[in-house]
Amino acid sequence: MNAASRLNDKLVRFLWSVASLPARGMEPVMAGLQRALGVGRLPWVFLLPNLTIIAMFSALPVLINILYSITGSDNLYPGDRHFVGLSNYETLLSCESYLDPSTCSRDLFWRAVRNTLVFVPIQVTVMVAFALGTALALNRKIRARGFFRGIFFFPVMLSPVVVAMTWVWLLQRDGALNGMIGAIGFDRVSWLTDSARAFKWSIFVTVWAHMGFYMIILLAGLQSIPADIYEAAKMDRATPWRVFRRITLPLLKPVLLVVFILAVIRSVQTFDEIYILTGGGPGSATKLIVHYIYETGFAVMPRNYGLAAAASLLLGLVLFIFTAIQMRLSKGGRND
Amino acid sequence: MTGNVLPSTLLKFRLVLRGAFALAIAVWLSGVARAQEITVQHIDADVKVLTDKFMKEHPGTKVNFRLVSYQSILESLPVQLGSGQGPDVSMVGDWGGLSRYYLDLRPYVDAGYFEREFGSVLVPMRGMDRKGNAINGMSGSMTLNGAFVNLTLFKQAREPLPKSGATWDDWAAAAVRVAKATRTEIPMEMDRSGHRFASLAISYGAKLVDDEGYPVIDEGLKTAIRTFVDWHRNGTMPMDLWGAVGGATHRDNFQDFMNGKVVFYFGGSWALFKMDSAVGELFEWAVVDAPCGISSCTVMPGGGAMVAFKHTKQPRLAAQFIAFLAREDNMREAMGRHTNIPVATTLVKTGVDYPGTSERVREALASFTRQVPKIPKDAYAFQGWRFQRAAMNSMTTRISQVLSNELDVDTAAAFIKKDVLLAIQAAKR
Repeated sequence: MNAASRLNDKLVRFLWSVASLPARGMEPVMAGLQRALGVGRLPWVFLLPNLTIIAMFSALPVLINILYSITGSDNLYPGDRHFVGLSNYETLLSCESYLDPSTCSRDLFWRAVRNTLVFVPIQVTVMVAFALGTALALNRKIRARGFFRGIFFFPVMLSPVVVAMTWVWLLQRDGALNGMIGAIGFDRVSWLTDSARAFKWSIFVTVWAHMGFYMIILLAGLQSIPADIYEAAKMDRATPWRVFRRITLPLLKPVLLVVFILAVIRSVQTFDEIYILTGGGPGSATKLIVHYIYETGFAVMPRNYGLAAAASLLLGLVLFIFTAIQMRLSKGGRND
Repeated sequence: MTGNVLPSTLLKFRLVLRGAFALAIAVWLSGVARAQEITVQHIDADVKVLTDKFMKEHPGTKVNFRLVSYQSILESLPVQLGSGQGPDVSMVGDWGGLSRYYLDLRPYVDAGYFEREFGSVLVPMRGMDRKGNAINGMSGSMTLNGAFVNLTLFKQAREPLPKSGATWDDWAAAAVRVAKATRTEIPMEMDRSGHRFASLAISYGAKLVDDEGYPVIDEGLKTAIRTFVDWHRNGTMPMDLWGAVGGATHRDNFQDFMNGKVVFYFGGSWALFKMDSAVGELFEWAVVDAPCGISSCTVMPGGGAMVAFKHTKQPRLAAQFIAFLAREDNMREAMGRHTNIPVATTLVKTGVDYPGTSERVREALASFTRQVPKIPKDAYAFQGWRFQRAAMNSMTTRISQVLSNELDVDTAAAFIKKDVLLAIQAAKR
């Protein structure tokens, strides 16, 4: 053994002894805890820091939200608010006919629910379809692949407000789109003043802004599929469609499921882009549930925190049910 | 030996004592410094000139100036105040709605001066306590809604300008003719704001609020909504403001008027400054007398007030600052800088110089000032109502729903009442 390796050994032993100092110091504490709590309960000690953080930042806000939803007044401090029972829920849910929001006590809540129910499936389907298509295209050996990946991912890095403002400038009466249409001799179009058009643009803008994120996840999923399976399929002269249906799609299923769950949750929470783009209009055509909660709790005077809290808890309940279904499905996916 | 040690110990003890004394003085001084410090927020950067002047006149005090947006005044300030936070002094837009947070300045200022100078302006700041005599702040100037007209387009179209006393319908018809003759895009436009719409509604006889502070939905309001919706349907007004946005979002398109794309724009006196600097002599324009409805020729008063809040740890200094703003020379200075309409008695009597403003802006200011005596009692009652903002938010939301065929006028009117009653109920519970 030469001098250098001896020095190296000494250094390693020294570092090890220093590194193990805290562990050796903790040893008697841990042994004491193990004796006092037993092996079964000891893991809770390790989980305690995380549980504390989760309790503070997740459970506590939910509890506060529940407190607000069962109290009234426009005071912010819970101590200054009075117990009103379930009257906020009653106000939100009372309707003569659930098919006609105009007959509901809070028609805008029901319009927002209805819009969300239409918006989410369409937006998620379009988003996942486009993200998958783009990921498939960018997974091939095409020219300037890195550039195109950057281009499609770029909107994700922008602030939602910037995204929405950009589209407002493009779509407004004197915007770039109408400018181009006017230049080739056509009449200008009211892109955002027609309810149906505004709704479609809301879907498009949110898809444009977020698609890159899901595309990257799907791209990673595609790249994790072993190349030899494709080579075997090629040798068997399988058609591209068959390869996609029988190899790509089944092997991408777990990733697609994650993308789907994330996309649905994000879609239900959509707010910023549409708030800037249409403010929930025309009328209430693009008002989604989070927008309604924001407006009720923070934008109109006097602040109706109780009603907003009740609406957000109802939304939370729906998301909880949805996530439970998704988790069950994803477990099924793993068993496959 | 002992004789040597004792003096050195004593010396050390003295040094420590001196150090502690110096530290105590420093802590006390920093406390005093903090004790003489307040934060003031406003939407106008020029207020900083006055905070600097105040600090010069009051050595040892510190006024931190915070420039904020109007949106922040409307949306963030109430939440801050609700949680006992926020600046010591701020500009407020919702005078009555936030009145419970205001500091009564009477113990610290010359109440007689405030009563003399601001009289009726103090009433809306008292919120629900109309009969009280608290002095909750000051507002040296007011803003008024009003109609801007592009005179150049009228001349080009050879259309005579409707005379004083002309109705909203007269103006709408004239604006359409001018737009047609001059191929101008938009005959008429109005800010997307419940406050602007209230001018039209009160002109048509809407009472909006009763003596007990509850909303009134009457034929005047419904007629105003119907007329307004018709203007959008027949192209007199574009859908881009009221028809394109939902909820209570405030929007204006005054740049349309500044770009010569609108014949008649219903905005407010705060735009004069912009008109003077951006349009100048590019085209001829004027502020015309308030268009009339069935009931009256009304514009809504408004503007910001400066108030101090109860949570301030420096009530005396905050009150001193408000009193400083209320001083004649300071009001005159602020007014001259921003071509505002004065409300303080002395300034109204003696007039205000607006150095550097054009003759056109002076005429416009005179036109605005002419409207003040015409403002009916209902307009002031609505302006000082605690639930004014709830009503304005609801009117904006519901009218937009009528425009996009989600509601008819009667249902929209019923919803306006329901929305405001819910707000009253929520606040009272």
